[in-house]
Amino acid sequence: MSTQPTHFALLARLLHWLMALMIIAMLFIGAGMVTSVSERHEWLIHLHKPLGIAILVLVIVRLLVRLTTRQPPLPADLPGWQVLAAKASHLLLYALMLVLPLLGWAMISASGEPVMLSTTLQLPAIVPADAQLFAFLRKAHGYLAYLLFLTVLLHLAAALFHGWVRRDEVLDSMLRGRDRS
Amino acid sequence: MVDRTSPNASPPGGPQRPPLSAASLILRLGGIAVVVAAVAGAFAYVHGNFDPQRLTPKALVDVLEKNNGVHPGFRRNHAKGVCVIGHFESSGEARVFSSAQVFNEPQTPVVGRFALPAGNPYAPDSSVPIRSLALRFTQANGQQWRTGMNSMPVFPVGTPEAFYQLQQAQSPDPATGKPDPAKVPAFFAAHPETVPFLTWVKTAKPSASYATETYNSVNAFYLVDASGKKQAVRWSMTPLARDAAGASAPEGGDFLEKDLVQRLAAAPLRFQLNITLANPEDPVNDASKAWPAGRKVLNAGTLVLEKTQPQLSGECRDINYDPLVLPAGIQGSDDPLLAARSAGYANSYLRRTSEVSQLPAAKQEARP
Repeated sequence: MSTQPTHFALLARLLHWLMALMIIAMLFIGAGMVTSVSERHEWLIHLHKPLGIAILVLVIVRLLVRLTTRQPPLPADLPGWQVLAAKASHLLLYALMLVLPLLGWAMISASGEPVMLSTTLQLPAIVPADAQLFAFLRKAHGYLAYLLFLTVLLHLAAALFHGWVRRDEVLDSMLRGRDRS
Repeated sequence: MVDRTSPNASPPGGPQRPPLSAASLILRLGGIAVVVAAVAGAFAYVHGNFDPQRLTPKALVDVLEKNNGVHPGFRRNHAKGVCVIGHFESSGEARVFSSAQVFNEPQTPVVGRFALPAGNPYAPDSSVPIRSLALRFTQANGQQWRTGMNSMPVFPVGTPEAFYQLQQAQSPDPATGKPDPAKVPAFFAAHPETVPFLTWVKTAKPSASYATETYNSVNAFYLVDASGKKQAVRWSMTPLARDAAGASAPEGGDFLEKDLVQRLAAAPLRFQLNITLANPEDPVNDASKAWPAGRKVLNAGTLVLEKTQPQLSGECRDINYDPLVLPAGIQGSDDPLLAARSAGYANSYLRRTSEVSQLPAAKQEARP
């Protein structure tokens, strides 16, 4: 039998699905927030900040789990371009999960506003207050969030392609802990 | 599944599945497309792409730009102003109602800005009978209280939608390049909530000085005490020096900043922070309605302004006076204008901070 794992570790799978929910929620919160002037704008912002920091903490845990557990290999017959696309998109997903909360934290710091996660919980500023830096970070936060949404859509489409069209073990390796019998 | 190839080369279940029929393949690919389109569609829905009528922060700021022209680097409203530096001395009277540090510490540093409520940074000071004062209190614990106040007692309208329509009524007509003079009266006629503001504005004259005006929060907030009990309030900054009150505006377009610089060269300016406590029946979600006289008023302390700075190089330039940046102990009310101000200011702030390099040199704006 192969010594390669056929599934992701339990903790890796839990983190994947928990963060999938949080990130999808976060993208929708962000999209609703920037296009609303109603009270919704205010309560979405109050959700967006602590949820973003929670994602930052979880992605660090997740990177540690990723580096200390073994991942199931991609199917051996997967075309080269799809292997490349899979690896590049996963790298991009990890990078964006890490960078977006940091950009959000940095842009509030650059605006000179206190970084408040609740009415009393305050984080330190991670960059000095600077208007031009704020504008750069705010735009980067927005554009990269759209990029993350597109990457998530691609990831979703690819996962379903593996599950429904190729019918290989890729989707199953993130869904279940045991081999199909 | 049975592996016919080398067990190491291919994970179980890989390439050995029977090929899909063309119909099944199309159905499955179609299923993927439906799932992806549903998620993308939901995102576009939340993002407002299917609802061009939705009032967005962008639309609010766009109409201001349409009416006033684009002045890169300047605020999209209240564009002409001057920074002031000072501090707040708490009297301790508001401490019972609010746990905010600003009411509990003897002194809190303040960076403020006096301004004209107009979108053109070159508007003559006599063009508007209203002045504004924005303040940022920075508490010792790092939390901030930002407030943008105006010299009118009530806001013309009670909702962001009505504010937007009022701005639209003042937009230049594409045919003539000028606003249609019939539109604003028609708007007021259709909006009876504007009566208190219109009654006030009839008697309002452009003041000769920033220092003689009373500046009102207009919107309502809550003071929150240590046990979480909330008291609805509005606040105002009332000048303690009324020497030139009632003086009519002098000739020329730029007297306000000169007057302020002269006054501050002689002595600090003092304002009293009056906090009006609402009765339970007073409207907290409608800034177009005044509260009846006779409400209890706290003297929460004294604002002491010590010096001015030109707005293009001063500390106030890069501050977004978002009225919902509040310390623990003060909360926004459900007045819909508050959330709209916060959202609109954020949009204006991003536009102008992106244009900092296009600002005229600070010395051009600075006056002796």
